[in-house]
Amino acid sequence: MKDNYVVFGINGPVVSVSGKTAFSMNEMVFVGEKRLLGEVIRVDDDKTIIQVYEETGGLKPGEPVYSTGAPMSISLGPGLIGGIFDGVANPLKAISDEAGAFIPAGIHVDSLPNTKWNVTMLIKDGDRVREGQIFAECPETGSILHKSMLPPGVSGVVREAKPDGAYTVKDTLAFVIDDNGNEHALKLAHRWPIKNPRPVAKRLSLTKPLVTGQRVVDTFFPIAKGGAAAIPGGFGTGKTMMQHQLAKWCDADIIIYIGCGERGNEMTDALTEFRKLVDPKTGKSLMDRTVLIANTSNMPVAAREASIYTGITMAEYFRDMGYNVAMMADSTSRWAEAMREISGRLEEMPADEGFPAYLPSRLSEFYERAGYTENLNGTEGSVSVIGAVSPQGSDFSEPVTQNTKRFTRCFWALDKSLAYARHYPAVNWNDSYSEYLGDLSDWYTDTVGEDFMACRNEMFSILSAESSLMEIVKLIGSDVLPDDQKLTIETARVIRVGFLQQNAFHKDDTFVSPEKQLKMMRVILYLHHKCRDIILRQVPISEILKKGLFDKLVQIKYDVPNDKLEMFDDYYKLIDTALADLG
Amino acid sequence: MIIEHLGLSRINGSLIMLDGVKGASYNEMVELRLDDGSSRTGRVVQIDGDSVVIQVFEGTKGISLVNTRTRMTGKPITLGLSPEIVGRVFDGLGRPADGMGEVFSDVRRDINGLPINPVSRVYPRNYINTGISTIDCLMTLIRGQKLPIFSGSGMKHNELAVQIVKQASISDGDNFAIVFAAMGVKNDVADYFRRSFEKSNVMNKVVMFMNRANDPIIERIMTPKVALTAAEYLAYDFDYNVLVILTDMTSYAEALREFSSSKGEIPGRKGFPGYLYSDFASIYERAGIIEGKKGSVTQIPILTMPNDDITNPVPDLTGYITEGQIVLDRTLDANGVYPPVSVLPSLSRLMKDGIGAGYTREDHSMLANQLFSAYARVQDAKSLAGVIGEDELSDSDKRLLEFGKAFEARFVSQGANENRTIEQTLDLGWELLSMLPREELDRVDDETIRKYYKGKQAEQTA
Repeated sequence: MKDNYVVFGINGPVVSVSGKTAFSMNEMVFVGEKRLLGEVIRVDDDKTIIQVYEETGGLKPGEPVYSTGAPMSISLGPGLIGGIFDGVANPLKAISDEAGAFIPAGIHVDSLPNTKWNVTMLIKDGDRVREGQIFAECPETGSILHKSMLPPGVSGVVREAKPDGAYTVKDTLAFVIDDNGNEHALKLAHRWPIKNPRPVAKRLSLTKPLVTGQRVVDTFFPIAKGGAAAIPGGFGTGKTMMQHQLAKWCDADIIIYIGCGERGNEMTDALTEFRKLVDPKTGKSLMDRTVLIANTSNMPVAAREASIYTGITMAEYFRDMGYNVAMMADSTSRWAEAMREISGRLEEMPADEGFPAYLPSRLSEFYERAGYTENLNGTEGSVSVIGAVSPQGSDFSEPVTQNTKRFTRCFWALDKSLAYARHYPAVNWNDSYSEYLGDLSDWYTDTVGEDFMACRNEMFSILSAESSLMEIVKLIGSDVLPDDQKLTIETARVIRVGFLQQNAFHKDDTFVSPEKQLKMMRVILYLHHKCRDIILRQVPISEILKKGLFDKLVQIKYDVPNDKLEMFDDYYKLIDTALADLG
Repeated sequence: MIIEHLGLSRINGSLIMLDGVKGASYNEMVELRLDDGSSRTGRVVQIDGDSVVIQVFEGTKGISLVNTRTRMTGKPITLGLSPEIVGRVFDGLGRPADGMGEVFSDVRRDINGLPINPVSRVYPRNYINTGISTIDCLMTLIRGQKLPIFSGSGMKHNELAVQIVKQASISDGDNFAIVFAAMGVKNDVADYFRRSFEKSNVMNKVVMFMNRANDPIIERIMTPKVALTAAEYLAYDFDYNVLVILTDMTSYAEALREFSSSKGEIPGRKGFPGYLYSDFASIYERAGIIEGKKGSVTQIPILTMPNDDITNPVPDLTGYITEGQIVLDRTLDANGVYPPVSVLPSLSRLMKDGIGAGYTREDHSMLANQLFSAYARVQDAKSLAGVIGEDELSDSDKRLLEFGKAFEARFVSQGANENRTIEQTLDLGWELLSMLPREELDRVDDETIRKYYKGKQAEQTA
């Protein structure tokens, strides 16, 4: 076998090299004079297929293909946070400094900046260190302390450890001699293949929720730290808006936000918005805890396929430091479609709707990289994954939605008719579910309030009762219903408009703590019970409605500021006084 | 050194295959000369060693295996550009089609363009006043946005597009240009646009690229790319605010489907190629504003939904890429409502940051939300009335129906030459909302109500 290979065929992002080659599967290669980044995706005895992560226009047969001998990897180290990267971790800011407003093919910039970090060393000569151990720390941003770890697979005795000081990611800080006498240089950063999950000591059970401040999520369909959730919805139902809200307000330490095959303007929006917003926990800019990965829909399709792996690998890296990481992927359908596109070019036998037969296994591999784990270095961390799904024609029976449903335990179904009525977040309470509810109920009971689950369940059953009543109302109108059912409809309206609907642009309503959520529920249910008793005493509901209490409660989300929760007490008095004359 | 290849190996639809070609590069432009002296243009779409597949833009009619000489140019397909293109008419590949001679080009640009770096984008915020109430109030058009019109055959999308161009342009001062790309439109429709532009005296600001319904299909695949290359040139080299109208994207997608199937690719949904999304994105994502440049590219693509089906891949994938959509409705159209904008499924994603105090008026967002939610309830009342009859409805439902009728007749409907200011539009919105009692308006706060609401409950609340 020879080792200087040349391009033979070109079809879009798929390039072939003829003859028997020494390439290994998933090896990273450089294609052509421009050194376009590519990955080996099929090796036959007479040809090798490479998918290229950049535009192949202008490429010629006979141009060289360079082997790297390593699988597709990215650099992990300080400098990721606050940055915006493309699907294969090229820093977009540095690219724009170098190449201007448009992204040319064949441009490569180191992922990590060459800045000097203020490093504190945690090891000294002669120490015995093991894989995953944290050997140095440096403040990466105002909110995040970066902990450099021994790469998985490297253990041994430390030699030539440098003192504390200012170092770049390229400087060698120490050597580790393993048991076989091999020498490994330790730097602030190391490389990791994006398609391999980073190893952990063990997976732990999920008991804490990822608090998002969004009422429909936290109260009705919570996601656990380390869990996976899917947000399916047709266009215009607010998937991206919801992802942005979660990225802004959820109580993870670090956010990895992937714009996978989505709009360029949305990424610009996220970038400017996150910079401006202040993290309620640290008081610093939200960008200080965020990594953005942008592969917009007109960037090369193969890099779109890679962007999801790039993102989850970064998420795992920060998890290994002991952080809770939340990763938003918007949208996984584009990722699946990128797979379909490449599969089509390879002329593979298609399964459902032209998607490749390996779609379910790729999806499950990806979602299984979420989890709450004990790491190799003994810390605990988590990766929560929230994937948006864009079903074709808003049809939830299509393959990506269906397969995603199988591998996530939390399903926030966005609904067109709610979105049309501008009910945001447009999560349909009848179609959505969270299997984490049972695992998390202890946390809610212990941390928020003993009656949290009871309140939540009662609200939920009022909504269910309403939706069956609405079937009747649609046929004969609401006037004929008995008063107790009218009350159900009235309370359900308060729950829908006053509780579930949440205004992302309102300063108080954009994020609501679980405590306030519980207090809101209590007041709404207090009124409901009170009215139910009055109706039992044959007082007509029209008398109750005249008091305007229901409309008052609809406004409660705006009227009670987040820092004045004691104002809720006044509402009980208000209700009691208003209803006093009705018995 | 330029080599001409004599003859071909195979012909299939619009594709020709050629063996024994050395050094062809992917996507390069190819010139074909026929024995009768005519010439055609093509592009390399696939390479396997020394055999090359070429897509011929003008079609392969009349080409045989022996009568053609092929010349590889070694260059990508480029468009010659100069500021003089403004006011001119070109064919779908950017060749002059108005008999006014060649354009002497200053620069040539690759028509495929390059993706804009998200870091270098400026988030669009400047709203464009179209003078059309539904659009200005409920789905505000923002400079640098891509906002398609989803229509169906026979509906008044062309009239609406012309009205937007006329009313948006005139208020906008000098540095305004329109790039109009027709893909597979009927000759008289193309003519209608041209006449309308002339009548409203904007023709000297229009660049037209015409691929009519009887022009070659493969040329159609190039037309939007050519048009957008011209638009980017005007916007980023000459500071124009460019409004690009692309019509009809459905014909474009069908041309792409035809090309894909003749290439033997595995079809996705409804026979469209699996990469339709990426392909659409390579067109739509070329809208935007770039940091440090004064110009902008705003797109209004028009597409006809086959069988009025919004779940068809063409509108569906478009909606996933564009920043909202203006959906036209056949029932409204049949009832004589112009423009027949179906309010509920229509949306502008960028309006949230381009409206309100400092842009339009501080009550805009609340008013729009309230109109949407009230009009959504009108639909429920309507369907209930369909079952039990209008007479049986509760008073509140009757009021809603009344509001719905007035909303369609006065707010949605307006004259084809009627240019409403944003204040007129917003005030009209409040006037209509005042038909409903205060407690049914749950999307507005008390302060706004006091200021704008004119209904009966106003005194009590205040």
